[in-house]
Amino acid sequence: MAKRNVSRYDRIMYPVDWIEERSGVVGAVKYFLFRKVPGDINWFQTLGSATLTAFIVQALTGVILAMYYDPSATGAYPSIQHITNDLFAGWLVRGMHRWGASMFIVLMFLHMGRVFLFGAYKYPRELNWIIGVLLLALGLAEGFTGYLLPWDQTAYWATTVGINLNGTAPFLGPFIAQFLQGGAFINGGTISRFYAIHMLVLPSVIGGLIAIHMYLVIRLGVTSPPWSKEAAGKGSLGKAPKKGGRSGLTRPRRRGGPNG
Amino acid sequence: MGVVILLVGLVVSTTVVAVGAAIAVAFTFLWVRDISRRRGLTDVVAVEPETSEESEDEAEHPTSHELYSRSVFLELSTLGLGGVVGGLVSVPALGFMLAPSFLKQGVKDTDVGPVDGFPLNKFVVATYTSDPELGKVSRRAAFVRNNGMLGSQPSFAILSSRCVHLGCPVQPNGPTVGDEQQYQDVTLQTYLPSGFGCPCHGGQYDTEGNRTAGPPVRALDRYSFSVRKGHLFIGAPFSVSHVEGTGPDALIHKWTYAFPGQHVDGIESWLYPIQPPR
Repeated sequence: MAKRNVSRYDRIMYPVDWIEERSGVVGAVKYFLFRKVPGDINWFQTLGSATLTAFIVQALTGVILAMYYDPSATGAYPSIQHITNDLFAGWLVRGMHRWGASMFIVLMFLHMGRVFLFGAYKYPRELNWIIGVLLLALGLAEGFTGYLLPWDQTAYWATTVGINLNGTAPFLGPFIAQFLQGGAFINGGTISRFYAIHMLVLPSVIGGLIAIHMYLVIRLGVTSPPWSKEAAGKGSLGKAPKKGGRSGLTRPRRRGGPNG
Repeated sequence: MGVVILLVGLVVSTTVVAVGAAIAVAFTFLWVRDISRRRGLTDVVAVEPETSEESEDEAEHPTSHELYSRSVFLELSTLGLGGVVGGLVSVPALGFMLAPSFLKQGVKDTDVGPVDGFPLNKFVVATYTSDPELGKVSRRAAFVRNNGMLGSQPSFAILSSRCVHLGCPVQPNGPTVGDEQQYQDVTLQTYLPSGFGCPCHGGQYDTEGNRTAGPPVRALDRYSFSVRKGHLFIGAPFSVSHVEGTGPDALIHKWTYAFPGQHVDGIESWLYPIQPPR
């Protein structure tokens, strides 16, 4: 038993096997990462992953900033100054969060543009488009709530304008504005309110929606570009696509035709 | 399509927003109807086998049918109890979160100094702390003009510095007169303005606060005031649609205080029937 011939590879992989046997996590990761995609996808189809990366950067730098940020009327501005000027690499982390926020929004729009121009929002992916629109709205809400937090003149007046814009919504507008301000005008309570929404409420919802978004991407597969010869059925890949499987989702078939 | 028009309308005008919203709602309705119709077609087949004979059988032997099976009862009671527990937890929490925003805020009167500090027919920009408990964040500026006497009563025009477009700080268009005065933590600076202008989106007002140019939807808000023991006190704000005439004889069309950007008169004011209490 002790002399059994076990290769070095098996010995190294033993802990991984142990976990895999009990959780199936290796299979899940393989299912997630090693998916079959059309042969002629291109770089534009990496915009979704880029957006996800931008969100992860925002989440990580945000957590670090939260360790030093003081969400109060008297403490917010000095704490931002402290982060930027005194702390080691504070300027870098704050800069990553501040510029990464713009990057996140820009990437969301580019990703949305790609999906629109490739027609990737069509059946059966309409639900994922809807979730994407929700993510876009929540991302913009992150931008709005985060803009107040530096608590300088720009932040104060931009948020004043933003809240009053909400106030002009019909019927409920005044109440929305009053709720956002947490009173008759912007005050210290508004900061902590925006802070809580910015770092607790919205990121959790965005995270959950991203999970659903990606589940649907995995379930439905990736679309070919509109100019795809492969998808048009006259591909130069040698052999004809196999029947059945997931090809129906990646290659549009004529619905209602003899082969269904 | 409707959503696109709606978004464009946010920039262009409210009429376009209404058109976009109507299209969006109409098409959403059509879409939902379309989906439910498709379902309906398949449902019809499934429903058909029901005949009248079966229902007669049920009427004859009511005891043979359980109204609720045990598992359905347990399922529903679990859901129900879960709902009750969830409600017990979430209703007070939601109330805690939402209620303070909708309760009366209370406006404190602020002493901005002796009446003698306000020269006749000139504007004084008074910067004061409206709520000492909140501190610096509650600093407000008001444009105070002493109109002299109206009969036996002192008359002041006190304009809010908040632009009624979207709430930016309006500035006096004109030179200062003399040096800045100080009364406790109130700073007083006299101006000779030809009007007031907003730096954010270019709204312009005349010296009565009437809009003369730009995006604002009404005249500048005003503050009520009182004079006690020779001191001027700034009180609660109110909104003004427009002012006719000038000085102490001006006719001020006064309305309940509204957020910037809201019409207080005309057909557009119907969009804001209820204001949160202040």
